[in-house]
Amino acid sequence: MLSRTAANLFWMARHLERAESTARLITMGQRMAVLPGSAYRDEWRSVLRVTGCEPFHTRSGPVTEADVVRILLLDSENPASIHSCLVRARANGRSVRTKLTQEMWEALNLSWRRFEGYGLDEACQELPALIDWVKTRASVFRGAAETGMLRHEGHDFMRIGGAIERAQMTLRLLDVKYYVLLPETDVVGGGRDHYQWSSVLHALSGIRAYHHVYGGTYSPAHISDFLMVNRAFPRSVAYCVDQMRWHLERLAQEHGVLATCHKTVDEIFEFLLDGQDGAIFQRGLHESVQQCLKLTNRLANEIAESYYF
Amino acid sequence: MTFSEMHEQDGTIRSCYAEVKRWIDETGIDGLHGRMDEAEAIFRRIGITFAVYGEGGDPERLIPFDLLPRVFSRLEWERLDKGIRQRAQALNAFLYDAYHRAEILRAGLIPQDLVYQNEAFRPEMIGFDPPGRVYSHIVGIDIVRTGPDQFEVLEDNCRTPSGVSYMLENREIMTRMFPGLFSKGLVTPVDDYPALLLRTLKEVAPPACKRDPVVVLLTPGSLNSAYYEHSFLADLMGIELVEPVDLFVDNDRVWMKTTTGPRAVDVIYRRIDDDYLDPLAFRPDSLLGVPGLFHAYRAGGVTLCSAPGAGLADDKAIYVYVPEMIRFYLGEEPILSNIPTWQCGTESGLAYVLEHLGELVAKEVHGSGGYGMLIGPQATSEAVAAYAARIRANPGGFIAQPTLALSTVPTLGESAVVQRHADFRPFCLVGSQMRLVAGGLTRVALTEGSLVVNSSQGGGVKDTWVLRN
Repeated sequence: MLSRTAANLFWMARHLERAESTARLITMGQRMAVLPGSAYRDEWRSVLRVTGCEPFHTRSGPVTEADVVRILLLDSENPASIHSCLVRARANGRSVRTKLTQEMWEALNLSWRRFEGYGLDEACQELPALIDWVKTRASVFRGAAETGMLRHEGHDFMRIGGAIERAQMTLRLLDVKYYVLLPETDVVGGGRDHYQWSSVLHALSGIRAYHHVYGGTYSPAHISDFLMVNRAFPRSVAYCVDQMRWHLERLAQEHGVLATCHKTVDEIFEFLLDGQDGAIFQRGLHESVQQCLKLTNRLANEIAESYYF
Repeated sequence: MTFSEMHEQDGTIRSCYAEVKRWIDETGIDGLHGRMDEAEAIFRRIGITFAVYGEGGDPERLIPFDLLPRVFSRLEWERLDKGIRQRAQALNAFLYDAYHRAEILRAGLIPQDLVYQNEAFRPEMIGFDPPGRVYSHIVGIDIVRTGPDQFEVLEDNCRTPSGVSYMLENREIMTRMFPGLFSKGLVTPVDDYPALLLRTLKEVAPPACKRDPVVVLLTPGSLNSAYYEHSFLADLMGIELVEPVDLFVDNDRVWMKTTTGPRAVDVIYRRIDDDYLDPLAFRPDSLLGVPGLFHAYRAGGVTLCSAPGAGLADDKAIYVYVPEMIRFYLGEEPILSNIPTWQCGTESGLAYVLEHLGELVAKEVHGSGGYGMLIGPQATSEAVAAYAARIRANPGGFIAQPTLALSTVPTLGESAVVQRHADFRPFCLVGSQMRLVAGGLTRVALTEGSLVVNSSQGGGVKDTWVLRN
């Protein structure tokens, strides 16, 4: 397969995943913003911070919902906005069209222009429906890939790109919100409560799943365990790393070559394995998150090198 | 008088249109409009779009599709088929000659300057033998019809003619939507075109290639107006669709960058102009292109389809001499005639054209796509005067032809079936043998009375039927 094709499939999946994760984050922001004391905590700001888009907010004072909708949903200048991600995913897909099925292409092609020229007021009013629409588009695309796409190496690159982006979104969320889960120190913005904790789970659509695994109570140790090392929850870092490993392994078998990226993915895997049973929390959540972010970034670079992107 | 392809002179339906007529009557105008919307939705969804240069607006405009097919009888096609092959053969013979001994110039049949001073002439190609002596592997010939037996060639396209994807997609859509129309087996299929194209491309692999040749399609990229066609053809042939950045040259061979390392390429079906193929050989300021590609080609490491310099044969000034080429190289009389053409580069031609510009169609010699042309009878006197000034400034850059009464074909109008002017582009494949599928692209001017069928100028397309008997 052409390296450019592999790179485009990799990035197409990343952009789509990014659009979907961002949509979920906005939902979290909405939920948090209606809780008491939210203005003081500036919840919307943390949403911008998780996505790395804080610099796009140039006004002083707390960040509002409209700011976030403008920056994260509509802004075509912001490469991380949902609008930009959909346009880019579609551009990636278009340049490798022959490697997509008709249905995958249609799913991409129907999405890309939705937010072109969309008014801010209109978008704010229809926000829940728009967020649902984004999630649905991502699901339709994934479904089309699941049942129709040839399992050639392109599929592996696509899955790896999606898994990396998803893992990083969870990591960034933990990076920004880790103070919510801190056991001892004073917390910025006053009392922690289970709203704060549940917000993190909500952002990853994991609240029901969490209760299935850990029962009805929230604890920082369990939440960090769930999001970092649980291997059954599809948005946990460990699950995503399992996915990357599986697909990288397939590539290694197909090509008959083990590259540096294979060592790195094993390293992340071992790191998370060592963190089981609450160990990751004991070791220091913030440091662990930082370490995983560093390793996944390195992994993405090494994949690009190993396969001549 | 304009020839209507559907009607005899007395207004009765010509027999080859009987089936179409029956179907129109049966479905009704409202019914057809309903199906038209459906067809458009399908085209939009699968993304068959055509970008228009220099017009701004939607870069991925949908090319309008008209439901009513254009029909050729078996007899009409047999003649077209012979004429097209004859022309494709003569054009390739001319290219070989022009880059070798130039016998036709020595014979005084074509002025030397027209060849050697031509922008499309590539001195780098002199003395080189492309595999099979083929320069133009896909010859697209634009044909108009002006009467029951009058088929005339408007222009030749020897570089990388586009539009064949529409031929295939139009038929695909028609078959999908109206299976009943095709179930009687009246219409000759066209869907073997991609397989024939691949076979043709493999036939012209470098002689040194001893394996099953690796063929790729080279596209400028996804922003090119014909990108859809590039990906469509690559897909149907099962070959890689590469961009210049995917290729590099090493040791006189061309390699593509793959996830498992470099892989050698034998034949490149390139959809990039000569100028942008190789910055070392052609335009040094080109950011596109594969450095060293031309050298690898001349060294026999790879075949380029079409060959650099093939555009010489489809130049509008050279066009005038194609009938001479047919007589000179093949010893035959041309089956398809040329349209009388005045060359503004000659004194008498210039005088005639300036005097009659209001009645003529004037074109830039090197222009294409319907840009920069003047249709005298439909232009304002200011536009005619302005065009005359352009011609005076650079006479050699223009030709003029009479305004032809292009035949009309039935087209779906708002409340009735209307007659619109159309042309026809078949695609002749040239490898170690010639191949021609029975069909092509019919372009239709959707505005009443308009003679410009180019999709870049608001023309549409329709399915083209060649009846089996």
